Amino acid sequence: MKTSTLTAFSSVERGPAIAGLMIAVFLLLFLIVPVGQVIFVAFQDPNTGAFTLINFADFFGNSLFVESFFNSFYVASMSVIVASIIAMPLAYFTTRFNFSGALLIQTLGIIPLIMPPFVGAVAMQLLFGSNGSINLLLEEHLGFTIPFMEGLNGVILVESVHYFPFILINLSAALNNIDRAMEESAQNLGAHGTRLFRRIVFPLAMPGYVAGAALVFIKVFDDLGTPLLLNINNMLAPQAYLRISSIGIADPMGYVISVILVGFSLLSLWISLLALKDKDYATVQKGGGGLMRRDLRTWEKVGCYGVVILILLLVLSPHIGLTLLSFGTVWSFAVIPDGFTFDHYTTVFDTASQYITNTLLYAGIAALLDVVLATSIAYIVWRTKLVGRKWLDYGATAALAVPGVVLGIGYLRTYHSFDVPIINEPLASWWVIIVIAMTIRRLPYALRACVAAIQQVSVMLEEAAENLGATKGRTVWRIVVPLMSGGILAGFVTSFATASVELSATIMLVAKDSDAPLAFGIYEFMQSTSGRGPGAALGIIAVLFVGIGTYFSHVIIERSKKLRESNSIVAEGGTT
Amino acid sequence: MKRAHVLGAAAIVLSAASIPAYALSGKLTIVTSYPTDTTATFEKAFEKKYPGVDVEMLKKKTTAGIKYLQETSDNNQADMFWASAPDAFEVLKGDDLLAKYDVKVGGIPEKVGSFPINDPEGYYKGFAASGYGIMWNERYLKAKKLPPPMEWADLKKPIYHGHSGMSAPSRSGTTHLTVETVLQGMGWKDGWAEWKEIAGNFKTVTERSFGVPDGVNSGSFGAGIVIDFFGLSSQASGFPVGFNYPKVTTLVPANIAIVKNAPNAEAAAAFIEFILSTEGQELLLDPKIRRLPVNPATYAKAPKDFPNPFKDKTIGAAVKFDLALSKGRYNVINSLFDVMITYRLDELRGAVKAIQDAEAKLAGNNNADAAKLIAEARALVNEVPVTEAQASESDFNNIFKKKRKKATTKVTGRQAEIESEWDSMVVANYAKAKELADKAASML
Repeated sequence: MKTSTLTAFSSVERGPAIAGLMIAVFLLLFLIVPVGQVIFVAFQDPNTGAFTLINFADFFGNSLFVESFFNSFYVASMSVIVASIIAMPLAYFTTRFNFSGALLIQTLGIIPLIMPPFVGAVAMQLLFGSNGSINLLLEEHLGFTIPFMEGLNGVILVESVHYFPFILINLSAALNNIDRAMEESAQNLGAHGTRLFRRIVFPLAMPGYVAGAALVFIKVFDDLGTPLLLNINNMLAPQAYLRISSIGIADPMGYVISVILVGFSLLSLWISLLALKDKDYATVQKGGGGLMRRDLRTWEKVGCYGVVILILLLVLSPHIGLTLLSFGTVWSFAVIPDGFTFDHYTTVFDTASQYITNTLLYAGIAALLDVVLATSIAYIVWRTKLVGRKWLDYGATAALAVPGVVLGIGYLRTYHSFDVPIINEPLASWWVIIVIAMTIRRLPYALRACVAAIQQVSVMLEEAAENLGATKGRTVWRIVVPLMSGGILAGFVTSFATASVELSATIMLVAKDSDAPLAFGIYEFMQSTSGRGPGAALGIIAVLFVGIGTYFSHVIIERSKKLRESNSIVAEGGTT
Repeated sequence: MKRAHVLGAAAIVLSAASIPAYALSGKLTIVTSYPTDTTATFEKAFEKKYPGVDVEMLKKKTTAGIKYLQETSDNNQADMFWASAPDAFEVLKGDDLLAKYDVKVGGIPEKVGSFPINDPEGYYKGFAASGYGIMWNERYLKAKKLPPPMEWADLKKPIYHGHSGMSAPSRSGTTHLTVETVLQGMGWKDGWAEWKEIAGNFKTVTERSFGVPDGVNSGSFGAGIVIDFFGLSSQASGFPVGFNYPKVTTLVPANIAIVKNAPNAEAAAAFIEFILSTEGQELLLDPKIRRLPVNPATYAKAPKDFPNPFKDKTIGAAVKFDLALSKGRYNVINSLFDVMITYRLDELRGAVKAIQDAEAKLAGNNNADAAKLIAEARALVNEVPVTEAQASESDFNNIFKKKRKKATTKVTGRQAEIESEWDSMVVANYAKAKELADKAASML
């Protein structure tokens, strides 16, 4: 939509300026204003409406809230550590050795991301809970149990298993981008083994690791569904949700918690940016070679496979548990279900297909909007000299620091009494608001992919096109966008896959069952005895849908990459 | 004989009152706390009967549903409110958010147990009866060698430490009713003491009422406090679970009402008539729903061993539930329970466990000092920060009400401030109680 408006302009800066203005208005309406509302209420006296800090005093004076704060902090930090322990060996093995399991790791390692973490929580409770399969077996054969899922442990385990791919992806990319010359020089100077790793490889891979770790920290700090499903109340996000949903939208504490969530996320984002700032490692180093790969000796191979299989079993355990649940009849205090059936899938196809269509529609629109917005922002920031263009980038990226709950509360607060013309319904309860929430929440992902893509397109190609008489709009449409297609597609896939499992914001915004997306549908199903099986079946269907979608777009990206490598880059620009 | 009479009368009235499926149309929006199994079954049957109507279910927890109707009252989009807890309907009625309606369909008696089925003022109608009780997992109890708990008092026993669970009244309307029933049945002080001793054994306080049957079904914990249909429907789904009504329980109607200024009041009325008709009442017996119908005639179609409150007069007769009392302190009870139990479960459990251990050591011993310390510890645990009279004061309650009817309604104090005070007291008490109990144990 916006790209087409871009093409229509002949004047050099007018098109981008109008597009930029539209994006700015969109961000203002659906990110800045709602979040501002939330912040505003936090500083308001609930009785008089005057400005006050008393709500914050109440927050820090209440030992429960302070405890929740520390619990959230503890869980987020521990999840980063556990996720690192899971991700590091996988990243290292695949980049360092000629290891035939690499493809397996790269494929299976991403799958946890495409399942809502709370669904994983249900499955992991069944496997690792105090009376789950593992502990029942342990108790029977060895006479002891391990409290994997007791209290905060459960949240940490579920979150680490869900979010470790962020570290895996970023760390692998960083390791692959290390210039081989660095390693060779170090070896020439006598560094080997752990010293080489500690002094050369690890520091060089650090920015990638920090980027991933910060993302994990923020995501865990904000996550709502997992603690809720594990009945953990003493954390910040659940406290905010519980205050709003059981005391009311006017209770100031929910807003104070939201402000603290946003502040903390911004802080960690800023720290990670600082860490990345001096090390321009990402896309410029293309063709740097990566680490030297070597072959493994037989016993090393056995060891590697052992570790990898163990880790994969752990990270895929939610899927294993969910599969068992979706085919199981009665599963009660037993290692596996009593019997197996296809009934749950039949139920889902009979009664719940609207969740699937809704999700495809919502996540599809959201991802499409995301790449349009992201491409426009990337172009404006890197190809124009518009005043304040950097702020578009900052604004869109800031969405990363806004927890879904906060965005949800903000929308409710801002758009509750705003009726959409013609349909005469409050905007806050119209299904479009869910799409907008998804768009805003996933825009940072698409933006990073598109920015990376535009940085790889040489300005010379555009200048050449313009010299040959193409207008600015035509150049964008025929040269820039096609050359960015790989990045745009990658952005679309990431946005789509993660938007389709979104729950934090949607749980606040779904007003009608018929408007509900998949994650919400699963959550609803999981609330009744006979719904657990169908809920699990719906979860498996979701994983398959998103998984297949991700796989195909991956194939397309790879193919276009190969195509580009074989043709000369200019020739490709001309033919597409 | 009496039963046959009722049956006959019901049949006549019903056949006379069956409504013609005249052309109703439009959207019917129902705010409900019920799970998909229940709502989907009724939605399907109703839409089949009135093809012109599109039923839209808006799922909210009872407490969130109340908030939702309160928040949106100036621009109401909902036609009906459909939930279990009558006290929730009382709150809505008190806020003038419900519309009166006269039911046409017959065959529904005045009372179930000692509770009137319909609101005497005509705002909301009972469509099913619900009692609160204890459900347990047979396999779990067998593995841990525990007997099934039959009464509330059983759940206080040390053998059940870490084996039971419940939801919180602030999250679940039905749980609120259970808490209130025990408080009314045993009195303010003894009632709270009962809850704390029961809660001291909890493994978890679940976020939603369904968390309890879910935990019992999957065997996360052995026993839970639930509304009857959770237990009965789990049984019907084949889970190895049992259910029992304790003596101090109240059988109350689950209700439905038309919201004031409903956009489609005509269809809403048809829905009420439908749910109370023979056809609608029989839907309640569906294995996935399993609620007690309010039409006594329907029990003829119920499976064997299905509890029948119109025949078995012991169910829910012990407590006469006072709705006005419950309504007057609704939010205070929620907040008290959360501060004393939900959010301080670890501390409470620690104190109760220490007391239980000390008492176990004391058994058979004759140590007056230790016994005195234990009694002190128990008193500390059971202390409630507000008196019964204060809990019902309307000024005090206003602090916990966020939406005031008039801007002039005077409020002193903030909820967060008061809760923080309670919290400090409760935490200090639990710590002190644990200390005293440990000291008592060390003397034995």
